[in-house]
Amino acid sequence: MVKERKLRVMVAKPGLDGHDRGARIIARAFRDAGFEVVYTGLHQTPESIVQAAIQEDVDMLGMSSLAGAHMYLFPEVVRLLRAKGVEDIVVCGGGIIPDEDIPRLKEAGIAEIFTPGSKLDEIVKWVREHVKPRVA
Amino acid sequence: MTNAVDKVIAGDVRTVARLIRDIDDRVPEVREILKALYAHTGHAYVVGVTGAPGVGKSTLVDQMVAHLRKAEKTVGVLAVDPTSPFTGGAILGDRIRMQRHSLDEGVYIRSLATRGHFGGLTQSTRSAIDVLDAMGKDYILVETVGVGQDEVDVVKSAQTTIIVVIPGMGDDIQAIKAGILEVGDIFVINKADREGADKTLNELRQMIDMGQQKFREGKWIPPILKVEAVFDRGVAELVEAIEKHRAYLLEAGGDQHLLRRTLRIREELAEMIKNRLIQEVLDQLIEGGEFERAVEAILAGETDPYTASDNLVFSKLGRKSERP
Amino acid sequence: MTLTYNQKIMDEIREEHKKWQKKLDEIFRVTRERLERFSTVSDKEIKNLYTPEDVAGEDFGNDLGFPGEYPFTRGVQPSMYRGRLWTMRMFAGLGSAKDTNKRFHHLVKEGQTGLSTAFDMPTLMGYDTDSPRARGECGKCGVAIDTLVDMEDLFEGLPIDRITTSMTINPPAPVIWGMYIAVAENRGIDRKIIGGTIQNDMLKEFIAQKTFMCPPKPSLRLITDTVEFGTKEVPRWNTISISGYHIREAGSTAVQELAFTLADGIAYTQAAMERGLNVDDFAPRFSFFFNSHLDFFEEIAKFRAARRMWAKIMRERFNAKDQRSWWLRFHTQTAGCSLTAQQPYNNIVRTALQALAAVMGGTQSLHTNSLDEVLAIPTEEAATIALRTQQIIAEESGVANTIDPLGGSYFVEALTNQMEEEAFAIIQKIDDMGGMLAAIEKSFPQREIADSAYHYQKQIDDNQKTVVGVNKYVTEERLPVDILEIDDTLEKMQIEKLHRVKNARDNKKVRESLEKLGEACAGNRNVMNFIIDAVKTHATLQEVCDVFRETFGEYRDPGIY
Repeated sequence: MVKERKLRVMVAKPGLDGHDRGARIIARAFRDAGFEVVYTGLHQTPESIVQAAIQEDVDMLGMSSLAGAHMYLFPEVVRLLRAKGVEDIVVCGGGIIPDEDIPRLKEAGIAEIFTPGSKLDEIVKWVREHVKPRVA
Repeated sequence: MTNAVDKVIAGDVRTVARLIRDIDDRVPEVREILKALYAHTGHAYVVGVTGAPGVGKSTLVDQMVAHLRKAEKTVGVLAVDPTSPFTGGAILGDRIRMQRHSLDEGVYIRSLATRGHFGGLTQSTRSAIDVLDAMGKDYILVETVGVGQDEVDVVKSAQTTIIVVIPGMGDDIQAIKAGILEVGDIFVINKADREGADKTLNELRQMIDMGQQKFREGKWIPPILKVEAVFDRGVAELVEAIEKHRAYLLEAGGDQHLLRRTLRIREELAEMIKNRLIQEVLDQLIEGGEFERAVEAILAGETDPYTASDNLVFSKLGRKSERP
Repeated sequence: MTLTYNQKIMDEIREEHKKWQKKLDEIFRVTRERLERFSTVSDKEIKNLYTPEDVAGEDFGNDLGFPGEYPFTRGVQPSMYRGRLWTMRMFAGLGSAKDTNKRFHHLVKEGQTGLSTAFDMPTLMGYDTDSPRARGECGKCGVAIDTLVDMEDLFEGLPIDRITTSMTINPPAPVIWGMYIAVAENRGIDRKIIGGTIQNDMLKEFIAQKTFMCPPKPSLRLITDTVEFGTKEVPRWNTISISGYHIREAGSTAVQELAFTLADGIAYTQAAMERGLNVDDFAPRFSFFFNSHLDFFEEIAKFRAARRMWAKIMRERFNAKDQRSWWLRFHTQTAGCSLTAQQPYNNIVRTALQALAAVMGGTQSLHTNSLDEVLAIPTEEAATIALRTQQIIAEESGVANTIDPLGGSYFVEALTNQMEEEAFAIIQKIDDMGGMLAAIEKSFPQREIADSAYHYQKQIDDNQKTVVGVNKYVTEERLPVDILEIDDTLEKMQIEKLHRVKNARDNKKVRESLEKLGEACAGNRNVMNFIIDAVKTHATLQEVCDVFRETFGEYRDPGIY
């Protein structure tokens, strides 16, 4: 009898940006929603995030950036995931991201961007609807 | 399936990661894989690291990994954090302190949540250890939430168990159940630059010596090491102590080692049988409707849980209840 | 001198108050109060009315006093804005040194009276633009500085002998300051006359802003080196800007911001005194940096409480004798975290109210955020509006006509007293833990902030706290706002420039200067002159910082959530 699988998500801070207030709040919100959350901490390179995501077999990877480097960092993470043959991790982003950048980020493979003011329960709702635990 | 087994043995990270998850989620198919992998286990050396929250286990494990890697050993790390009893979720943050190893191909780090199971170290953690063993890791470090039953559980899977405390835990050490003092092979006083380190060391020494006479077989005297994990002081000595313990277990014909291994297998087998049995019987009772009927009967006041469970179990066992 | 009302009058007031409250209760038995709970943004409960009862027992002389007199509740100088307005100091930094230089000139032309520099992430973290860790980050949140040449371009044409410069830089602060001093000296300006501030406050980095390099103890050593150097050789320079801004931005309450900032100040004072410096030699050059957040009166009370608390700490705890040691001089920035991406023009209003609070709280200098700052680095237009906000407050609103206009308000005085009491309680807790360094090691402030941040977010999500345009008065349409974009080719150009400088310099001299610096670090000598020598040979920012990393080790985020 297999119970419903728990959702495993990763919250990561790529680059040199040290603003982690949002990332830590979202990690708590995900935990309160019943997910297992792997939090990477600050100052992660795209490579180390990708390696961690694979080791932890996460269903979703959420990244936060408030220092303007998202246009390089977010797509780079997706590129590295794909280079390792990983297609099934849903990648999202949040932070200080102007509306104009969102289309290009989505083209690069980011599923959704949560801009400032997004409510926690809306984000959780989105995750529940769009991210399913990996099928065994 | 053989594909999965081969991949694990070949050290494929993705396959291992998925397998551990499937084990955690109790996917039935993994049982066959675990059966096939078992023959490939027995090579890794398992070290348990346990202690109260905030003593610095993750930082210590991070430094231990660094030292082991310098000695060119491959390492697997299982970091276990508690699941929230209210929400069922968990924040797994031990990895943060070990992230510098994330790009090292010789290190595999995996975060696990306790998932509210009986005790902290569950069957799935034990199976995960087996997988990392089959994967070819020389050392497996298991870091657990150190409260209550958990410390004792770690022993059953680990060959060397390290108990970590910090200075000033004096009163807490007094209150620590005798269980810990029995199971610790090495004691570490971390953050030893803090006040009270020597006092704590003496208190521990006294307690261990007392326990030594009462509980311990064999001649291993648990060393107490002062460590400052953040500054990488004392970690080399800790790794040495682990090696000494390993040697002790293997010496004199490996009696200690065999003894522990036997104990471990006994525990594991009993646990597995228990779990399997419970799963099977409960599933059958629910499917057959007997479970629900019993619930209704209790609600209606026709019987009580003690009688009902006796009847259900012994009916499955095919014999009458022992009671008159 | 006591501000008490005599007992008879007090009793009368109390009686009348009770009667009035009864009337109010009757009204609200029928119609309810507007809200379930009236509280500040920090969730501090506020009463419906404040009366003399709330300030009974206050001693006018000891607690309030006159501006420029202990305990300075009403202002650090006797003249305050009657003599000179606060410095309008707009934080600016973008792209390359030349880009930022242009923005500096524009702001000075539009009337700002001091410079303030924002650096990009690689610079803030002590990496050169060509470091793999810097990829994608060049110039995105501030100006990129790799060598002295960039620094010279940054201040091209600006009279740094007459205008003061603030630089928001932390782990690499000694290096950036060294470069600034070198720029001045290369222009023939004596280091004794240059004025400005380096933020240089590592304790709050470990707590809140999280630009790290070396662990806490060596960081404190480097900071003490700069304090010592400033005291002896650059006397007009504020060597630390003890900051609460970032602590607040990370989600703390107003009281926590106050307490943690002053506790940091205590730690720096202790460190300098342990070095053998006389408190009156360096304390006059400590400056502070606070946030001005949404709740108007809470912020004003916070600023006033801060002044009184620091004066007491300096005089009673550290026995400072020089009056200037007792002064808490501060810069304020309006709260970035309060700005919204939704309906961005609302941010102009928020900034205006927050700036007003800072002025009414007696700030020495002020930065006002731009309306688009929640989306990107401000455009010139947006930054100009923010500057105009200060100018309108200064010239049109009349609040600067008198000193400490809210002094004597029952509400503001009561709130000031309350915040002081609560903040001192937290400082006591930190003292009991063994001081701020120990508290940081135990993750106390970090955890407190994380809890406050989460609490506040829940309140917003549950609609207990309103954010206009986000959870109330929401409109679907997104008004277009011009965003400043940093060109991606900048990174390439900056790397080319860096390599040109490296190729043109005498690498032997560079190596030697770095070696000498390494010896000074390992040997506990003051590093500043060695740094200045090194940057003059065109050693890069990262090359100098790597010496620190090698000597002192690197600090990694422990990840408190």
